[in-house]
Amino acid sequence: MLSLTRIPLGAVIGLIFTTLFLLTAIFAPLIAPYGLGEIVGQVWEPSSANFLLGTDNLGRDLLSRMIYGARTTIFIAVLATALSFSLGSILGFTAAVVGGWFDMIMSRFVDLLMAIPTLIFALVVLSVLPTNIFVLIMVMGILDSTRVYRLSRAVAVDINVMDFVEAAKLRGEGRRWIIFREILPNALSPLVSELGLRFIYSVLLLSALSFLGLGVQPPAADWGGMVKENKDGIVFGIPAALIPAAAIAALAISVNLVADWVLNRTTDLKGGRGNG
Amino acid sequence: MANLATPSDNLLDIRNLRIEAKVYPPGEEPRNITLVHDVSLTLKKGKVLGLIGESGAGKSTIGLSSLGYGRGGVRITGGQVFINGRDILTSGKSGIRKLRGREVCYVAQSAAAAFNPAHRLMDQVVEASLLHGTGTRAQAEKRAVALFKKLSLPDPENIGKRFPHQVSGGQLQRVMTAMALCSEPDLIVFDEPTTALDVTTQIDVLAAIKDAIRDTGVAALYITHDLAVVAQVSDEIMVLRHGRLVEWGGTRQIIKEPRQEYTNQLVSVHEITHEEQKPGTTPFLSVKNVTAAYGGGAVKVLKNVSVDIYPGQTLAVVGESGSGKSTLARAVTGLLPPLEGNVTFAGRPLANRLADRTKDDLRQLQMIYQMADVAMNPRQTVGTIIGRPLEFYFGMRGKQRDARVAELLDKIEMGKGFIDRYPAELSGGQKQRVCIARALAAKPKLIICDEVTSALDPLVAHGILELLLELQKEEQVAYLFITHDLATVKSIADSIAVMYRGEVVRYGSKSEVLKPPFDAYTELLLSSVPEMEIGWLEKAIKGRRMESAGN
Repeated sequence: MLSLTRIPLGAVIGLIFTTLFLLTAIFAPLIAPYGLGEIVGQVWEPSSANFLLGTDNLGRDLLSRMIYGARTTIFIAVLATALSFSLGSILGFTAAVVGGWFDMIMSRFVDLLMAIPTLIFALVVLSVLPTNIFVLIMVMGILDSTRVYRLSRAVAVDINVMDFVEAAKLRGEGRRWIIFREILPNALSPLVSELGLRFIYSVLLLSALSFLGLGVQPPAADWGGMVKENKDGIVFGIPAALIPAAAIAALAISVNLVADWVLNRTTDLKGGRGNG
Repeated sequence: MANLATPSDNLLDIRNLRIEAKVYPPGEEPRNITLVHDVSLTLKKGKVLGLIGESGAGKSTIGLSSLGYGRGGVRITGGQVFINGRDILTSGKSGIRKLRGREVCYVAQSAAAAFNPAHRLMDQVVEASLLHGTGTRAQAEKRAVALFKKLSLPDPENIGKRFPHQVSGGQLQRVMTAMALCSEPDLIVFDEPTTALDVTTQIDVLAAIKDAIRDTGVAALYITHDLAVVAQVSDEIMVLRHGRLVEWGGTRQIIKEPRQEYTNQLVSVHEITHEEQKPGTTPFLSVKNVTAAYGGGAVKVLKNVSVDIYPGQTLAVVGESGSGKSTLARAVTGLLPPLEGNVTFAGRPLANRLADRTKDDLRQLQMIYQMADVAMNPRQTVGTIIGRPLEFYFGMRGKQRDARVAELLDKIEMGKGFIDRYPAELSGGQKQRVCIARALAAKPKLIICDEVTSALDPLVAHGILELLLELQKEEQVAYLFITHDLATVKSIADSIAVMYRGEVVRYGSKSEVLKPPFDAYTELLLSSVPEMEIGWLEKAIKGRRMESAGN
C-alpha cells in the first residue's frame, strides 16, 4: 500500500531532509573532513575550498563541527523525546483508566512541575547535578513528559468512557489490555502530532541550555552551543552563528512535515485502505 | 399527475433532479457516484409530502435540494428546482440567501445538536425573521410566542428566555418547528423530526407539527423512515430507494394498496412470529429488590426493582428514556453496584461490583449496545473483535480461533471475507451483527440487549431481530431486552417488565402484560406506538389518560 507516488510533496521533502540529518548524525566521523576539536585555520575564515562553511571562533572547521553537532543534538533530543513519551503517555493513560487518588496525585504533581518555567527549572537542576549527557537527557525527558502526560490523560479520559472500553471492562480485561490495546491505538493521532512538536521542543531546549552554558559542554559540539560560540561574530558580519541556527530550523520543519504525514495516515480508520 | 402543471401552479416543482458525489474507493481512482437519479416531484401550497426510505435512499439529499443545499461534497448536477416559479439552482448566492429561512425553512433530526447552546431560544427563533427584515424584533417575538402556544409548549411567554439545555428533547423539537414557522415560510423541510424521540414524546410532537401545518397553511416535505409516522401527517407519500423513485401516491393508496414489492415490504415490516414460552420453574438470574443511584445515593434511578430471567427466554424491559431501564442493565452487569438488593445467578448471589466477579461469571453475562459503531474499537479488525473473547475466556489461539471466528461469522450471516475488515468498513446492520457475534463468542447464558435495533432502519432491524430469535433457539441463550419500541417487544418477548421513573409498574408474561385492563402508563405506552392507519394520531391523542413523563 505504501507506494512512493502517493506520498505528498511536503512529506517527501520532510522525509529527504530528516533522513539526511539522521544519516549525518549516524555516520558523523566518516563524513566530517576534520576532527571535532581540531584547530585547522584562522579565526572566522570565510568559506573556501578547504573549509566549505568557513571556520569558527577558534579556527575549527565549521562544517565538521556542524556534522558532529548534528550527532550530539539529535542523539540527545531523540532519547529525551522517547523518554518523555513513554513516561508521559503510560502515566497519563494509567491515570485516566485508574482514576481516583492515583489520578489526583499524579495530576497535581504534574501541575506542580508545570507551574515552574521549564528552562528555569532545568537550569536550577542542572547547576546542582553533574553536567553529563545522562543527567541532561533525564532532566529534559522528565520535564517534557509533563506536557505529554496532560495530553495523553485528556485524550484517554475521552476514550475511556466509550462503549468499546466498557465492553472490554465487562469482559474482564486487565488494565494493560485496556491501556495498550483499546486506548493507545485510538490515542495515537494526537500523540503522533505531539511527537513531532515535542522533538523540536527538545532540540530547542537543548540548544537553549547549551547556549546558556549548561547543556553540552565544550569541546563537544552541538548546534545551540555553536550559536553561542559564534554569536560575537554577527556584529562583524560573520555568518558562522547563523549556520547552526538555520540547521535547527531546517530540522524542526522537516521533522514536522514527516509527523504531519504520519498523522494523516494514522487518522484513517480503514487500515489505510481508503481515503476516508 | 406531476409533470403537466406549470411551475406557477406548484409551490415546489423538482424536475429530473440528479445529485452526485465523488467517492474514494480503496485502491481505485476516485469516481463519481449518483446519489439521486432523475427524481421529479411537485408540491402544492399547504400540502404535505412524505419522503420515505431506508438510510442511503437519498431522502434527506432530495429534501435539502429544495433549499439549494448539498451536504459536504454532494453536488446537484442536473435538473431544476422551482420554488414559487423561480429556478433556485440558477439564482446564485443572493437568490439562495433570500430563499433560505424566508421561503423555505428546515427542521433537523436532532434539535439538541442543531441549536446553538450558547444563545437563548428566543434569539435563535427570531433570527431568520430579523435577518430577512420581515418585521421588527417585537413583532417577531410576538409571532414566536403565539407559535409556542400553538405548539403547546409550557409557559410560552417565558420559554424563549431559556437556553437549549434547559428544555427537554421533545420540547426542543417543537421550538425548532416554531423557529421554522416564525418567518412564515411557504415550505418547511422536516428531516426525521421525531426519530430521536420516545414514542410517548413523539406523539406530542407529531400532533403539534400537524396542527401547526394545518393552521398556518404551510407546505411541508416530511422525511422519515417510519411509514406509520408519515401516514399521520402527509397527504401524499413518495417511496425512495437507492436514489430512485419507487412509488408515489396518496397516503391511503400507499399504505392500503401498495403497488410495488418494496413498498409492500416496508408496510408489512413489523410482523415477526414468535411463540411465547411459558416461564420455567427456576429462573437462573433474579434481580431482587435492587435500588441503585448515581452520585453516591443522591439521585435514585432504580427503586426496589425485582425481575426474573428464565433460561433461553427473553425478558423485555420497556419504558421511556429516563425510566431506568439502562440503569437496570448496568446494575445487572455490575457497572453500577446497587445500593440495596442483589442479583442472584444460578442460585448464588453475584458479587455487586464488577471487579469482584469471577471470569466465568463475566463470561455468562454479555452485552450488546445501542450504538454498534462506538461499541467496537475502530482500530481493531472484525477478526480481533470477535476473536478476543475466544482468546480471553477459552484460551483459543491461531487456527483454532480463526476457525471459530469464521463459524461465528457464518452464524450471523456474514462471510469469512469480513475477518480483515475494520468497523468503519461495515454498514450499520453488519456492525450490530458483529457485536452479536462478539457476545455469542463467550457462550453466555444471558445477553443484555440495550436498544440494539433503535438506531437501525426498520428492514435492517427486522433482520437483526430475526437473527436474535434464531440464535436463541440454537444456543439456548436468554435475553434481557431493553427497548422503548413496543412493536419490537411484541415480536420477541416472553415476559415483559414495564418501567416508569425507576419502578417496575407492570410485570409478567407477555400475554398477561399485553392483556387489558391496563394501568395508565402501560396504556399510554401502547397507545403511543404509531399504527399504519390514517387518523390514528387524533384517536390516540383523544384517548390518552396521562401525560408522558418527557413532556
